[in-house]
Amino acid sequence: MNRLNIELPGLSLKNPVMPASGCFGFGREFSQLYDLSSLGAIMIKATTEEPRYGNATPRVAETPAGMLNAIGLQNPGLEKVIANELEWLKQFDVPIIANVAGSQTEDYVQVAKEISKVDNVHALELNISCPNVKTGGIAFGTIPETAKELTKRVKEVSDVPVYVKLSPNVTNIVEMAKAVEDGGADGITMINTLIGMRIDLKTARPVLSNRTGGLSGPAVKPVAVRMVYEVSQNTNLPIIGMGGISSVEDIIEFYFAGADAVAVGTANFVNPFICTELIEQLDQYLEAHNVDHISELKGRSWK
Amino acid sequence: MIQKELMTVTNQTEIAHNIYEMTLQGTLVNQMNEPGQFVHLKAGDEMIPLLRRPISIARIEQEKQEFTMIYRAEGAGTNALAKKRTGDFVDVLGPLGHGFPVEEAQPGQTALLIGGGIGVPPLYELSRRLNANGVKTIHVLGFQNKEAAFYTEQFLSLGDTYVSTVDGSLGEQGFVTDVVNNHGLKADIFYSCGPTVMLKAVEQLHAAPHGYISLEERMGCGIGACFACVCHPKEDESGTAYLKVCSDGPVFSAGEVAL
Repeated sequence: MNRLNIELPGLSLKNPVMPASGCFGFGREFSQLYDLSSLGAIMIKATTEEPRYGNATPRVAETPAGMLNAIGLQNPGLEKVIANELEWLKQFDVPIIANVAGSQTEDYVQVAKEISKVDNVHALELNISCPNVKTGGIAFGTIPETAKELTKRVKEVSDVPVYVKLSPNVTNIVEMAKAVEDGGADGITMINTLIGMRIDLKTARPVLSNRTGGLSGPAVKPVAVRMVYEVSQNTNLPIIGMGGISSVEDIIEFYFAGADAVAVGTANFVNPFICTELIEQLDQYLEAHNVDHISELKGRSWK
Repeated sequence: MIQKELMTVTNQTEIAHNIYEMTLQGTLVNQMNEPGQFVHLKAGDEMIPLLRRPISIARIEQEKQEFTMIYRAEGAGTNALAKKRTGDFVDVLGPLGHGFPVEEAQPGQTALLIGGGIGVPPLYELSRRLNANGVKTIHVLGFQNKEAAFYTEQFLSLGDTYVSTVDGSLGEQGFVTDVVNNHGLKADIFYSCGPTVMLKAVEQLHAAPHGYISLEERMGCGIGACFACVCHPKEDESGTAYLKVCSDGPVFSAGEVAL
């Protein structure tokens, strides 16, 4: 019996577990370790119109039960992502969710238009929440009206459903979710990282060359669970929940909060086999707990 | 092939001040075939510290399914590792990265191996393999001081070995580059591992026509996915080219990376 398959706009998922954008590159490294076709989907690394080197190193700093990163959207640019990475990914039976980023509206529109035409791209993830670039990114993700407008513009040109990735660095997450819903979003992915900083005790200066970075890992999980709990009760959009997931119990918690599927981020860095291990364990968990289908767990915390 | 295995500690010895030699046993050793590769370790499944620690491989003994590494206990991760005793388990991911090309040195040739501090360990397995191939090795090892020095005898058993310390408490006072200059050391090829400032100075020595350097960098995943440890190639017209220390390196051809 298949307890794990999920239907979401644009996405027929074998199972609800996928690697989160920025934590999986374009899959090449992990393909040496396991068959990528076993994944529910793959959220590829953020793609911008032009190639980007990203920020200077140090780009990561460890924190209690988490890490800060300030990579800065490093990627080979739209043309190469389509020609090399997405083409290469076609050998696997797995839907791709393309993370789209840019500095201004036109950049997002251009990338969305082109990348949504690629066969294996089944959905877009609009990155309006990257905290590590000077322009664009989070600037679009903290003002509801701006987020709505960008969503609308991207929806006009995209051939596939558009999910918007929300930033937790806002006062009112529900307001943001409603804004992108009004803009025509097909779904929400949440949360991106929390802006943080670590200071070196020897030099008294920030550890990261970008000074601030995005906090991820188990440390942010309670924030993510709370936000999924709030947003799922106040919008009709499906939610792909993420933020610190590293065990089956974490996945169940996100489902209880109101998620429809989940993404695994930082845990891929600690254990590169985590996604396949979780898919297997999730099935066993549901069997052991007499759950016929994972979707039965959605929103139990508030239903 | 990269594997993840809970390996068994068969030896843990403090061989210098805060410097530990640890030997681990398991089938993952079968995958180790290049000196200069590294393993990515976690003492256990704790969340603090969360990430693995990259540590270079100092000696590979396939027949015993053992490898030895030498590391400095200085942070939460390596201190947790230092508490491990014989019979305990360590979560190992590896082997990772590209190591030193041993075959670049021809039998009968001379190789100059230059190591600084915790960059010395990978040169040991390299020297063993070079010597097994009939390559003569000269070793130049630099340390902060006498207390931090290790493996000088082991290197001496493989070839001429010069030791320098910053404070002069052991060997010659000064840096590894001073030793090479003072003795006019020349070779057919050089291999080096240590802090970036040292590697930069070593590249400018011209003690050999060409060589290889192994970089140290703060890492996230260790397999090339997180883009934490990127560096600029020396030749890059676009300004957006990059190399990943963990998966393209840690060993690079001298002159390949902008140091």
